[in-house]
Amino acid sequence: MTDAESKIAPRSDTSTLPGGHVTLGTDRPLRLDCGVEMRDFAVAYQTYGTLNADKSNAIVVCHALTGDQYVSGIHPVTGREGWWDALVGPGKTLDTDHYFILCANILGGCMGTIGPKETNPATGKPWGLDFPVITVGDMVRAQVMVLDHLGIEQVFAVIGGSLGGMQVLEWAASYPERVFAAIPIACAAHQSAQNIAFHEVGRQSIMADPEWCGGAYQSQGKNPHRGLAVARMTAHITYLSEPALHRKFGRRLQDRDVVTFGFDADFQVESYLRHQGSTFVERFDANSYLYITRAMDYFDLEEKHKGVLADAFRDTPVRFCVVSFTSDWLYPTAECRRIVHALNGVAANVSFAEIISDNGHDSFLLDEPEFHKVLRGFLIGAAEHRGLPRVSP
Amino acid sequence: MMAESARKAIRLDLQLIADMIEPGSRVLDVGCGDGALLDYLFHFKQVDGRGIELSTEGVNACVSAGLSVVQGDADVDLADYPDDAFDFVVLSQTLQASRAPKVLIEQLLRIGRRAVVSFPNFAHWRMRAYLLMHGRMPVTGLLPYQWYDTPNIHFCTIRDFVVMCREMNVTIEHSFSLDHRGRARRFRGDPFIVNLFGEQALYVMSRG
Repeated sequence: MTDAESKIAPRSDTSTLPGGHVTLGTDRPLRLDCGVEMRDFAVAYQTYGTLNADKSNAIVVCHALTGDQYVSGIHPVTGREGWWDALVGPGKTLDTDHYFILCANILGGCMGTIGPKETNPATGKPWGLDFPVITVGDMVRAQVMVLDHLGIEQVFAVIGGSLGGMQVLEWAASYPERVFAAIPIACAAHQSAQNIAFHEVGRQSIMADPEWCGGAYQSQGKNPHRGLAVARMTAHITYLSEPALHRKFGRRLQDRDVVTFGFDADFQVESYLRHQGSTFVERFDANSYLYITRAMDYFDLEEKHKGVLADAFRDTPVRFCVVSFTSDWLYPTAECRRIVHALNGVAANVSFAEIISDNGHDSFLLDEPEFHKVLRGFLIGAAEHRGLPRVSP
Repeated sequence: MMAESARKAIRLDLQLIADMIEPGSRVLDVGCGDGALLDYLFHFKQVDGRGIELSTEGVNACVSAGLSVVQGDADVDLADYPDDAFDFVVLSQTLQASRAPKVLIEQLLRIGRRAVVSFPNFAHWRMRAYLLMHGRMPVTGLLPYQWYDTPNIHFCTIRDFVVMCREMNVTIEHSFSLDHRGRARRFRGDPFIVNLFGEQALYVMSRG
């Protein structure tokens, strides 16, 4: 690997990253949905706040496709704020003075948990495409194993947006007795055809990069950063909205007064997307992107329950709070409403709020006051029902 | 949760509804507004309460207050709920805004063992007098809208309501009229006087 290339490759040694590292599946392997049994695999996680004496104040945060366990504070790799710093911290909506926040890097990720970038003990080489295809269910089962490791029987809440929201739904459906409250945000009970289509464009752009090398780029000293950047650029458009793009960039030009009659980034929006693409490849692994998008595509809670989504939640004791955003066209309100209808169908305890925002799917990551107010109120109400000490509103 | 002072300020018609609810029961408040009734019921009657509300502001206020409320349309979304899911289903001052009031009542009695319904009585003497004197659609303190901007599209009178219940073979367990100060009076049947002097009516019903 040349110096120039090593700079744009994601960090290869993640064992020195801050936070918890645990080896799971030693006594009992994790049986993946694809049939493979996974033994002795690493999961990296980060915690914030303090676990109380009876271990009842834990909140599991599930991260999205390109997120990781560094939710709050300064990210050790990027040097920027964690992806949910607006929400998680002392005195914030997910108040670390009261709650013990736990976020584990998902299975297939590239920030310390086992994924295609890690070494396959059978070959001594990176897994690459030999890594088994994983599902959202597998991700959640791995998180449950982390909880077992920490001796936490029931978590107060599970929360997440997008893929994180899918994990929340999976948590509530598969482990209802281990979750008191579930907060799925900007997500769906199954991945739509349109979203599978966008993911396929991203995967094809990675696989079309000659440096992808059939997935074995690490052993050949290559990195398909161009393909991954294009995948990110495409995906990024789906995270925003037309009004948000118009507001941020309009048709404004980038550092110039007139168009160049060429293919430079004349427009600010082009420059922005290129920047998004190039910074992303510094921290993310291309094969991880393939595996995690696949897991999202395979997610279908309805099909898993023979076409009746309500059956996923029958007799559920879990308190739900479903949140959507008006301008989110990736996981639109209609998808969240389907979840709410299913929960109503079993008379589950559910709250559902649609937040007015023009920031698109990304709204759940931003400082949206109404969203935070709703979340805070729901958590205070749930804490009262759970018998946790009162948090000042 | 709502401040104690706000909780005390529950409207008299809501207080009467709350008095009809058995402690510890499962309650669905259809068109729950800002959640005042649900909040009261949770704290003073220990009910397992849920709400459904059309307006975003109402829903967000409820959820922010820790109440289990979903954004939804009573005319559409009640169809999702299973039979007998609740002990009481409350419809307070919302019947007249429904697109299909009769279907709505059927839904209330399907998903709840009992329905508690309150509505403004369009046969109140002030309404009659307003129409008679001015020849225009009545605009009152309780119903402050002009005909062209009102959300209330299906007004009825106490007598209309009794006739509908009879047609639907619904059992009326309790009925009250409320005067302009919100004072309640129990009545039976469809007396002429109540239909003239009751500004609002409140019914507790069950399947026939």
